[in-house]
Amino acid sequence: MVDPHLLFEQLFNGVQYGILLFLLAAGLTLVFGIMDMMNLAHGSLYMLGAYIAATVALATDSFLLGIAVALPATLIVGIFLEVVILRKLYDRGHLDQVLATFGMILFFNELVRLIWGPAGIEVPLPSILNQSVTLFSIPLPLYRILVIGVGLAVAGFLYILVVKTKIGMLIRAGASNREMVGALGIDIKKIFTLVFGLGAALAALAGAMAGPIFAATIGMGENILIQVLVVIVIGGIGSIRGAFVGALLIGVIEIMGRSFLDDLFKLFLPVNAAETAAPAAASMLIYILMALVLFFRPQGLFPARSG
Amino acid sequence: MADIVLKVEKLRKSFGGVLATDDLSLSVETGKIHAVIGPNGAGKTTMIAQLAGALNSDSGRVLFDGEDISGMAPPARSRRGIARTFQITSIFHEFTALENVALAVQAHDGHSFRFWRAAREEARLYEPALAALETVGLADRANITARNLSHGEHRQLEIAMALATKPKLLLLDEPMAGMGAEESQKMVSILNRLKGDHTILLIEHDMDAVFALADQITVLVYGNSIASGMPDEIRANEEVRTAYLGDEGTAN
Amino acid sequence: MLRRRETLVLIVTFALLAIVPYIASITEVPFYLDLGRRMMILAIGALSLNLIMGYGGMISFGHAVFVGIGAYVIGICAEHELVTGFIQWPLALLACAVFAFIFGAISLRTRGVYFIMITLALAQMMYFLGVSLDRYGGDDGLPLAEPSDFSGLIDLGDKNSLYYLIFVLLLLCLWICKRLVNSRFGMVIQGARSNETRMQAIGFPVFRYQLTAFVIAGVMAGLAGILLANHTDFVNPDMMHWTRSGDLIIMVLLGGMGSLAGPIVGALVFILLEEALSGVTEYWQLIFGPFLILVVLFARGGLLGFLEKRGSSEEDDG
Repeated sequence: MVDPHLLFEQLFNGVQYGILLFLLAAGLTLVFGIMDMMNLAHGSLYMLGAYIAATVALATDSFLLGIAVALPATLIVGIFLEVVILRKLYDRGHLDQVLATFGMILFFNELVRLIWGPAGIEVPLPSILNQSVTLFSIPLPLYRILVIGVGLAVAGFLYILVVKTKIGMLIRAGASNREMVGALGIDIKKIFTLVFGLGAALAALAGAMAGPIFAATIGMGENILIQVLVVIVIGGIGSIRGAFVGALLIGVIEIMGRSFLDDLFKLFLPVNAAETAAPAAASMLIYILMALVLFFRPQGLFPARSG
Repeated sequence: MADIVLKVEKLRKSFGGVLATDDLSLSVETGKIHAVIGPNGAGKTTMIAQLAGALNSDSGRVLFDGEDISGMAPPARSRRGIARTFQITSIFHEFTALENVALAVQAHDGHSFRFWRAAREEARLYEPALAALETVGLADRANITARNLSHGEHRQLEIAMALATKPKLLLLDEPMAGMGAEESQKMVSILNRLKGDHTILLIEHDMDAVFALADQITVLVYGNSIASGMPDEIRANEEVRTAYLGDEGTAN
Repeated sequence: MLRRRETLVLIVTFALLAIVPYIASITEVPFYLDLGRRMMILAIGALSLNLIMGYGGMISFGHAVFVGIGAYVIGICAEHELVTGFIQWPLALLACAVFAFIFGAISLRTRGVYFIMITLALAQMMYFLGVSLDRYGGDDGLPLAEPSDFSGLIDLGDKNSLYYLIFVLLLLCLWICKRLVNSRFGMVIQGARSNETRMQAIGFPVFRYQLTAFVIAGVMAGLAGILLANHTDFVNPDMMHWTRSGDLIIMVLLGGMGSLAGPIVGALVFILLEEALSGVTEYWQLIFGPFLILVVLFARGGLLGFLEKRGSSEEDDG
């Protein structure tokens, strides 16, 4: 029988992972939705954020300062990329976008290897954050609670930004009908740059916060990017709400699947078979979910585009 | 009672609460040109899309040759003999004019799971295709890449592609859109040549063309038919004149 | 239809490839043989991707998964001491067909950015499956105990025989592609890339043709996988990694999409660039990444497009 404490703990970890996915998915889904742009380099910004934060944190002994530097630094890199390269690709086909952003990934991975070396960087947590809080008589790491808190705060901020402000109105209009926003005489280029920069900053935030949990490594961006793509597909391109629901769903399923699938399999499979099949099945779980969602709702759970 | 090839019954489609077609009913007789006119936004193109199967209707029925085709996808309707042209030219820009039409012929010549023989060497595709180009007066432009044809030629090519599917009913969505006077005249004479051999549902803004060609006219306003009859009846109809025709239709 | 310049490029390319074993033996650098084999195997993979991407407009970012599946079937068969190629190869191709059918049926329900992401995700799923298959080497991969056995016909253990087998199979694939794209089927695929709405309106149920093309391309990529397993004597999940799919896309675009010679030339140039750049610096992707961006921004149409443009006066239809 599964220990309920363990169950709760892993559920908690799943939510926390989902929050990280959300921070990445929120910016990227807007880029996909509004600009109809295939951007693979989003993961590179996440990696960059993680490395910068880690470096500053280690040098200054201040984790907060690390985040404070990583965010604007990555934001600047993101805006630079948008203005110099990506902007020229909006009118091109998806294939050109794929290829160019793929080139960016190669570049950034190699750049990080050149600067920081092939080994990853472990980021130590400041001792204040490195303790547990007991919730329902279960000890939970304070840092992860904070990550969830920050993620929820960002979600709230994005919600207000997108639903309540004029810029958000334009962003939403852009996601459902690009020509219309252009026709309104609004400088769509500025909105694009703004959205891209916002996405870059959120990616950096996710990367900086992921540092102490997973360590900063080369290729960390791509591994998580694929899961972020699954989140976006499930949630529906261009939908923040979809990204939030999708991210939590994928985060929880991913973590819970890895922890409990073999216990589940053992209920109806021989122990040996269960132990072989479970890891394989766990690694496929979210993709199977994606295929199912697509089968019934090809536009995702919360399609932003109408008509 | 004449032969009815297309019968539309209470067709309805709304976009987010706005009714584009509103309980629209009409019948098209075999061999006739039936024109549908109406102001912009009257739901004419929506109706064409519903008839061709590109849009699902909210309610109502479409009977074609006595068969209910309401739920069918575009390829199935095409196979039954409904061909359409698009208001905004829709062709294969990378192909030559002849290849465009040959592809339409191919669509109605059995399945295309034929992997080996070069399609461009098949006379049974290219002879009918050339014939269709001749009908619309494009035969001498057959080997030109479609991208390089003029706007008027694009419209002619669209008609040739529709004809190549040997349709029982042609749905023509503003074939004269964006044309100069001379090109329009050419199109009218092409359509006149098709008259009798083909049944046509014609949407058109050019009133001279409509009254020159149509056997029957239906006037659409806000997705609903407000009048239907012979051209003379429509010309004389007070309601139509106030709602739509105004001076334009009676000027000559 | 092959354009004259394209035919010329192909003849030169295959002539060069044909003499590689000879050059390798007189210069006593067996590495050339290795390089040539790798080029041709990837050329088969790129050809197959070009079929759906270049001609069919289906931008699959997971095409390497079929290379991996083909290779894994060979590896798994060998692991269970089933070494005869007469069973291994059909089995591998069949497996690729089945997976391509399933993946195609799922992803072809979508279009545009969705299609790219889904093919990518499905391929990555198989990558993780490979990683978690401890029985077959997991992350580390699976050494091939012996190459596919075609006793009495050809010895794949002999490096020259393997080279020429790959050479012939590449030619065969090229020939198949040429027939396919010019057939009725090929016209449907290209028509759907050009204007899918129009295809529907003139009566083509497009989905089934696209799915068939997806399966054919998957099987052809599977052949590349079979050859890759025999070439490296080794199978690992990395063959399915999404960057491998990215490599295939790069090859197709580098050479020129939607032409028959393009993917082959692209694969050759890609491998050469990789070798040359990594000879210059360990951090060669620092150069290659921006190079890709520049290609996208300034050299649309790839190498073949470049050649065609220079010779465009010979076939003007305007």
